[in-house]
Amino acid sequence: MKKKEEKKNGGFFTDLIYDIKHNQSLCLLCAPTIIWYIVFAYCPLIYLLVAFKKYSPSLGLWKSKWVGLDNFKAFFGSKSFFTVTFNTLFLNALFILSTMFFSILIAIALSEVSGKLFKKITQSVVILPHFISWTVIALLCEALLKTQNGFFNNILGAFGIAPINFYQNADVWPALLVILRVWQGAGYGSIVYLAAITGFDQEMYEAARVDGATRGQCIRYLTLPLLKTTAVMLFIMNIGKIFNGDFGMIYNLVGTNSLIYRTTDVIDTYVYRMLVESTNVGQSSAVSLWQSIMGFAIVMFTNKLTKKVDPDSAMF
Amino acid sequence: MASKANTTQNLAMEAKSKIKQSKEDKVLNGFFYLFITGFSIVCLIPFILVISASFTEETVLTKVGYSLWPSQVSLDAYKLVLTAGDIPQAYLVTIFITVVGTLISMCLTCTVAYAMSVKNFKSRGRLALFIYFTMLFNGGLVPSYLLIKKFLGIDNTIWVLLLPSLCNAWNILLMRNFFNGLPDSLAESAKIDGANDVTILLKIILPISTPGIATIGLFYALSYWNEWYKCLLYIDSSHANLYTLQYLIQRILRQVNYAANLPAESAALAGTLPTYSFRMATIVVAIGPIVLLYPFLQKYFVQGLTVGSVKG
Repeated sequence: MKKKEEKKNGGFFTDLIYDIKHNQSLCLLCAPTIIWYIVFAYCPLIYLLVAFKKYSPSLGLWKSKWVGLDNFKAFFGSKSFFTVTFNTLFLNALFILSTMFFSILIAIALSEVSGKLFKKITQSVVILPHFISWTVIALLCEALLKTQNGFFNNILGAFGIAPINFYQNADVWPALLVILRVWQGAGYGSIVYLAAITGFDQEMYEAARVDGATRGQCIRYLTLPLLKTTAVMLFIMNIGKIFNGDFGMIYNLVGTNSLIYRTTDVIDTYVYRMLVESTNVGQSSAVSLWQSIMGFAIVMFTNKLTKKVDPDSAMF
Repeated sequence: MASKANTTQNLAMEAKSKIKQSKEDKVLNGFFYLFITGFSIVCLIPFILVISASFTEETVLTKVGYSLWPSQVSLDAYKLVLTAGDIPQAYLVTIFITVVGTLISMCLTCTVAYAMSVKNFKSRGRLALFIYFTMLFNGGLVPSYLLIKKFLGIDNTIWVLLLPSLCNAWNILLMRNFFNGLPDSLAESAKIDGANDVTILLKIILPISTPGIATIGLFYALSYWNEWYKCLLYIDSSHANLYTLQYLIQRILRQVNYAANLPAESAALAGTLPTYSFRMATIVVAIGPIVLLYPFLQKYFVQGLTVGSVKG
């Protein structure tokens, strides 16, 4: 649709000149935002040059020594490269799949239960955690998971089970993070699916029921296949972000607890530590750039894939 | 089955839905009720725990631990929250950036989104790409960190909490979709009457877009309210009066003895220092406004998301 309109338009400059002549007030309206984008979104890109330099704050961006790909080599050669890349991809993959599964389950459950008030209250409650920031969740988590008198370990203790040292045991964290992510995001994620389900043709369901289909069969053969488009679209959108670790989540929950870095450290937290704590600007910039490029490539790739599979779901 | 249907109640149900409930259906339905109730409880328990703990006597918390109902009620934690200099100050900062930030953000978002929705605006496709591209590719943390610290030099000022988060590409595109959904005839007739685009936006478009404005405004407000990242990166401890509420919470989490460092007169109010109940009370104070306003705002959030899934 968009493309057809654009074909009627001319080149970049002819359009621009036309707009400046005929749509002055519109140009004026969007100018502040354009300036903001130039300053805060495009200007920073110049600093990507730092990735190829041995940055020293006293010399600044331009005078720092050019070192070519040394920063990248240092990162790719380090042990952290594999750990943080694996953790980022692995955790995000777990998050995407688990949240998707629970979102769909919640949406179907909400659409199947009757009772308007019950539906409304439960829906409100399951969405609520999404609006709580990770800083608060982290503080909450600490109260729940503390070894001494934490809520969980008290429950375990009541059953005579030895307490778990959550904050010293790296192996439990992937599962823990997934649970937290589902707790926080599944209800919110169900909104889109529920909206899709409510939009489905109800006559189809009635016809199926009259023909003797059970509700289970209706879900299996009607709801799930119909949800596929929505699910695929959201899945692809999420895959595009798979290289972006959730800094807010990981940094708040893990913080500087290096005991559990092995399974929780993601690219974003690694970059942050390298920048702020070890002030290795060059290398952290290189890692950042590598992440951006990989993220961009994946978005492009998934979008191309979508265009082939289902042209309507493609983003651009 | 047929014999059961003879009762009037079942007949009424039958007539209503023309559908028989088999045993399997009932089991499935029972599972859904159970699941959704269970999930809701899991979502609620932490909130109840926090509220309960914030009212609990500190000694109980350290000796017995957390429970769903305070066994010994105490208001010490709240007294400390209200008297400790940091938290009221952080509250003010947070309210300030939420109100001012949301206002400026909405001005920028509405104007550019409106321009992008006017069919006659030839550069609108390119403008959308210009904004959308930033969602696909950005240099990550380091470039903006250097820009703000070395080039703009706005670190350790209130501006760093406002300026870098003014625009959000996703919100702008959502708002454009909203405007695209409005009937063209309104703006066109005003144009024929000689109104310019600024007047059309202010007098015609904005008044009928309140649902859209509310939704996007809420998204912005929530992101300002939950701001902590900018504080972490750009505000030093020498400028602690600029800390936001969420960042203060993070610092409280990092420093176990945070309450011990508070001014002596406020700490002297009780025998034991309310360390853990103090944390919980801080959480209540920080998320309170969101939880209280949430029931009234929920429909806008839902609306925003469902509009977002419709491609424009």
